[in-house]
Amino acid sequence: MSVVNEWAFVGVFMAIAWVLPAAPLLISWLVRPRKANAIKMETYECGVETVGDTWVQFKVQYYIYGLVFLVFDVELIFLFPWALAYSQLDFFAFGAGLLFIFLLTDALIYAWRKNALEWA
Amino acid sequence: MQSTCVDVIETLAPCLATGGMDPGLAQFISILIGVVLVTLFPLVLVILLIWLERKIAARVQDRIGPNRVGPFGLFQNLADAVKLIIKEDITPAGADRLIYNVAPITAVLSTTLIWAVVPFSPIHIGVDLSIGVLYFVAIGSFGTLSVIMAGWSSNNKYALLGSFRAVAALVSYEVPTVLALLIPVLLTGSMGMEAIVRAQIGMWFIVPALVSAIIFYVANLAETGRAPFDLIEAESEIVAGYNIEYSGMKFGLFMANEFMHAFTANLLFAVIFLGGWSGPLAEQIPFLGFIWLMVKTFLLYIPSLILRATIPRVRIDQMMSFNWKFLVPISIVNVLVTAFLLQVVKALGWMPAPDNYDFLAHVPEALVLLIGNLLLIAGVLTMLRNAGRREREATEASEGEAGREADHAIVVAH
Amino acid sequence: MLQLNVQTIAFFIFAIFALGGALGVVTSRNLIHGALYLIVSLFGGAGFFVLLSAPFIAVVQVLVYIGAIAILIIFAVMLTRSMTGMRELFNSQWWVSALVGVLLFILLAVAVIFPMWGNSGSEGSQPKSDQVATTQDLGVALVDGNQYVLPFEVASLLLTGAMIGAIVIARDTTED
Repeated sequence: MSVVNEWAFVGVFMAIAWVLPAAPLLISWLVRPRKANAIKMETYECGVETVGDTWVQFKVQYYIYGLVFLVFDVELIFLFPWALAYSQLDFFAFGAGLLFIFLLTDALIYAWRKNALEWA
Repeated sequence: MQSTCVDVIETLAPCLATGGMDPGLAQFISILIGVVLVTLFPLVLVILLIWLERKIAARVQDRIGPNRVGPFGLFQNLADAVKLIIKEDITPAGADRLIYNVAPITAVLSTTLIWAVVPFSPIHIGVDLSIGVLYFVAIGSFGTLSVIMAGWSSNNKYALLGSFRAVAALVSYEVPTVLALLIPVLLTGSMGMEAIVRAQIGMWFIVPALVSAIIFYVANLAETGRAPFDLIEAESEIVAGYNIEYSGMKFGLFMANEFMHAFTANLLFAVIFLGGWSGPLAEQIPFLGFIWLMVKTFLLYIPSLILRATIPRVRIDQMMSFNWKFLVPISIVNVLVTAFLLQVVKALGWMPAPDNYDFLAHVPEALVLLIGNLLLIAGVLTMLRNAGRREREATEASEGEAGREADHAIVVAH
Repeated sequence: MLQLNVQTIAFFIFAIFALGGALGVVTSRNLIHGALYLIVSLFGGAGFFVLLSAPFIAVVQVLVYIGAIAILIIFAVMLTRSMTGMRELFNSQWWVSALVGVLLFILLAVAVIFPMWGNSGSEGSQPKSDQVATTQDLGVALVDGNQYVLPFEVASLLLTGAMIGAIVIARDTTED
C-alpha cells in the first residue's frame, strides 16, 4: 500500500469516527425534555451567584509550563529520526545524540535552578 | 469474520472486486467497514469497562456494587446510558455554544482515532502507519484540546481553572511519555506498531526497557487522569473540573471517554512493552493473538482500577514537581543509558537479527539492557534515600522530638 | 490536467480547512476563537503534508503546532486582559500589516509561478512519492558528519537559548 492509501484509512476514520459520539447527542436532542428557565441556566458555582467575568487573567506559570513543554516537544521530534536510524549508526551518532540531549538537559537544569518549574 | 476483523483492507477488497465490483469502490467499502468496526469496538467495550470499574471499586470499599439490573448488574450501564440520553440538557448562560457542543465529540475522537493503529492480532490492524507511535501521541493532543475547549466555553470559573490545570498537567506528562516511547523505537528501528510487536516475539520489551515501561505506565496514569493523579476532576478543590457544566449525554461522552482512554493507554502499554498479540500459537490462529492482547491489557487495567480505589490524590504542585524533577530527568538518563548500551551490544556482536524470533537469541542483548536498567533504578533509589535522609535530619535538627513525631506520622500516612 | 480523484478531493478539503481557518483567525474578534480557527488551519496544513507523502512532517505539524503551540497561544491569550472585549476590527496600524501582507503574498506568488531554484519543468511537476526519503534517512542524515550534524546540534542550542530567554522574560513579569 502506498503512503497515501494508508492514510486514506485515517482520513475515512476521521471523517466518520465523529458520527458515533455525535449520534447519542442527536438522539438525546430529539427525546429530551426542554424546560429551560433563567435560574436553571445560571452558571453553577456552589449556590452563590457568579461574580464578574469568568475569563479572568491567568498567571504566567501556565505559560511557562507550556513553553518548557514546547521546547521539549521539538527536541523529541528531532530525536525520533535519530532513534529510528540508530541500528545503522555508530558511536559518532551516539555522541551527536548525547550532545543534543545534553544541551536539552542544560535548559531543564536552568529552568529548575530559576524555580521556573515550581507551581507557585 | 471475527468480531474485530479489521484486516478487511487485505481480504475483503479483492474478494469484492472478483465479484465484479469496481476495485476503487470495493476498496472504499472495505475501508469503511474496517473503520466502523474499529470505532464501534471501544464504544461498546466502554459499557463493560464502567461496570468493571464500579464493581472493583465497590469490592475494594467492601460494597457489592451494581447488582440489580441484569446478571451481576451487567446492564446497569445500559440503563444509565438511557437515563443520560433522556435527561434534560442544560447549557449554561453565556456559554460559547458551538465550542461547548464540539468539545465532548473531540474528546471521544481523541481516543477512538488511536485504535486505528493498534495491531489486534497478526493480521488484524486498522492501518500500519510507518509513524504509528507518533501518530497516537499526536492524536492525544486532541484530547488536551477538548479539555481546553470544554473548560473555556462553559463560562464557569471552576471549569476554566480546572481545564487550565488539567492542560498544564497533561502537556507536562507528555514529555516523559514520549521519552519512554523513544526506547522501543530505538530497540525496533521502526515507529510502526506492527513492527514493534513483531520485534517482541522473541523478547518482550518490558525486559530490556524496564525503566521506560515503568515511566510509561506512571505517565499514562497521569495522562488519563487516574488516581493518584486524578487532579483533572478534584472534587474537593474545583468541584468537577473542566466538565462541571456538562449534563446529560454530553457529560456521558466525557465520562465514557475517560474510561476508554484509560483502557486504551493500557492497551498501548500491552502492545509496546508486553508484546501485543504475541503469545503461544498466535501466528497460527490469529484470533488467539487478539485474546492474548486482551488478557494482557486487562491484567494491566485491573491493577490500575484497584490503584484508583486505594490511593489518595496528590497535590498539583507535587504532581508537577514529580514530573519535571523526577520523571523527565530519569527518562533522559534512561535514553542515554539505553543508547549507549545498544552501541556496546552491537560492538560485542550480540545484537540479534531483526527477523530472528528465537527467545535465546535475544537473551544477551536483553540481559545487558536489563542490568543497565536495574543499575539505573538502584541509583535513583539510593539518591531518593539520601535525599530523604537529608530532609529527615534537617527536620530533626530544627524541630527535635516534635519533628520525629511528625516524620513518623508522615511515614504512617504513606 | 486536473484529475478528479481521491487526492484532488482531499486536497480541496484540506484547502478549505486551511484557508477557512486562516480567514477565521483574522476575522474573529474573540482571541480564543482565533486560536481555535488557527488549529483548523494548521490541521489543513498537516493534511497537505500527508498528500505530499511526508507523514512524519504531518505528525510533527499536529504534535508541535496543534499540541503545543496552539495550547501555548491559548495560555498566552489568557495572560492578556480583556481578550473577549475587542470592539473594533481595525487599529491604527492596520496599513502596516496590510502592506506587509501584500508584499509577502507577492513574494510567495512570484516564487510559486517562477521557480527560481530547485528543478523546474517537466520532472518538477511529477509527484515524487516513490523517491521521497524516509524518516529513517532523515535520522541518518541528521547525525552524519558529512551532512547535517552541525545544524542538528545548533538546533538544540537554539532551543535551549529560546527556553532560557523565555524563562528570563516570563519570570521578570511575575516579579513586578
